[in-house]
Amino acid sequence: MRIFDPHIHMTSRTTDDYERMAAAGVRAVVEPAFWLGQPRTSAASFVDYFDSLIGWEPFRAGQFGVRHHATVALNPKEANDPRCHPVLDLLPRYLDKDGVVAIGEIGYDSMTRAEDAAFAGQLALAVAHDLPALVHTPHRDKARGVERTLAVVAESGIEPGRVLVDHLNEVTVKLVRDTGCWLGFSIYPETKMSPPRMVELLKTYGTERMLVNSAADWGRSDPLLTRATGEAMLLAGFTEDDVDRVLWRNPVEFYGQSGKLDLTDVDAPAPTFAGNSILRGGE
Amino acid sequence: MTPDRLRAALRGVPDPQWLDAALRRVATEPKAIARLFATAARRCGRGPLPDPPGWTVDEAARALLLTALPADHAAAADSLYRHGDAAEKRAVLRALPLLPIGAACVPLLHDAIRTNDTRLIAAALGPYSRHLEQPAWRQAVLKCVFTGVPLAAVDDLHGRADGELAAMLAAFAAERHAAGRTMPADATDLLDRLGAGSHPTTAREA
Ligand SMILES: [Zn+2]
Repeated sequence: MRIFDPHIHMTSRTTDDYERMAAAGVRAVVEPAFWLGQPRTSAASFVDYFDSLIGWEPFRAGQFGVRHHATVALNPKEANDPRCHPVLDLLPRYLDKDGVVAIGEIGYDSMTRAEDAAFAGQLALAVAHDLPALVHTPHRDKARGVERTLAVVAESGIEPGRVLVDHLNEVTVKLVRDTGCWLGFSIYPETKMSPPRMVELLKTYGTERMLVNSAADWGRSDPLLTRATGEAMLLAGFTEDDVDRVLWRNPVEFYGQSGKLDLTDVDAPAPTFAGNSILRGGE
Repeated sequence: MTPDRLRAALRGVPDPQWLDAALRRVATEPKAIARLFATAARRCGRGPLPDPPGWTVDEAARALLLTALPADHAAAADSLYRHGDAAEKRAVLRALPLLPIGAACVPLLHDAIRTNDTRLIAAALGPYSRHLEQPAWRQAVLKCVFTGVPLAAVDDLHGRADGELAAMLAAFAAERHAAGRTMPADATDLLDRLGAGSHPTTAREA
């Protein structure tokens, strides 16, 4: 089983996780920029964070044979903090980087005016830089949050096929299914979505444009729940090809729209030293 | 290494017109280098060059972009390094010996050697490392041994290795030995060459 986790915060995880993920078949990840768990106090804090997402973290992942890409953005929660707003002017520099395959996580947390502005502005940035967008949906007041999210996406003029609406569940999946956007489901140990519930959704809605992620971070979460979902799919009668579509080909297709996804030699032996072993081949 | 040699090596890139245009643009509009530098790997490729050995296409293309600037090479190298991803930083480090900058960019070497990214450490120890003071250079060589960077990456290793480095390596070898771990073969060879290769006897061996 080859697995691409399209949403996982590896900066918050240990090398034990990388080892277990690689052993479970995780060969590629996308790490979206998000909240640190406590407030940042300046744009400079984002600079160090983004630099690690395109520097140290891909190196760390590479030592375990895992290919690492990132998305960058001002996250919805900190869109409400004026101290963080100057980061919006720094984003274009990062959107040009090879390892940045989308803008994200953008979207709503508490659905404030400040979040409206940051969300719309960053969707425009995605269009200007020809990048897809990863959109977080709020944990509270979720259904209304998703409706408002879809309205902003429609208004922005970004092509729906370049938008991934994440953290969906049984209620909100219905709102997104027919919009042309991609659908993301975060599988958590307790909250959000579980492997058996995910399998039921795949039975009902099919595998097209459906993405499964662990969204593992510094909270209680499990980076192996992508694998557990694949196994639950097989037990429920889905084919190996169905599993490969959901856990590999769908995320590859979505982030591949950036033109920057590089999966060359992704299952080659782990690179530990430069010059000649970290080579990523041609285009 | 010379810009001409890199230029010749890059004749076979998939889109040579892009590189030609980028080099001309940088010469007349230096600020354009920021975006061109970031996109160079996507446009030119990332594979190894058969010649010069040890260079990749993206490193060579980015180094050439730096050499094409009309002036202020040190400031540009500093900015591209500070704002670069790991591959861009590596390319800046490799370009330094090709630029008319004297020792102005030594702080970039210190930054790279402070990291734990072995690709950056190795790139910092190329020909430009002649500007590193001897104590910093010794520490960097020891860090190579410690992190598994082959000593072949170190420019002028045998010319610069001295008694103090030999003592540091011997002490490190003793620690490794006591822990029942081996030294990399290239480090043992260097110790032997420096005449400090007699391995300490431990209880384990007795
Ligand atoms: Zn997240």
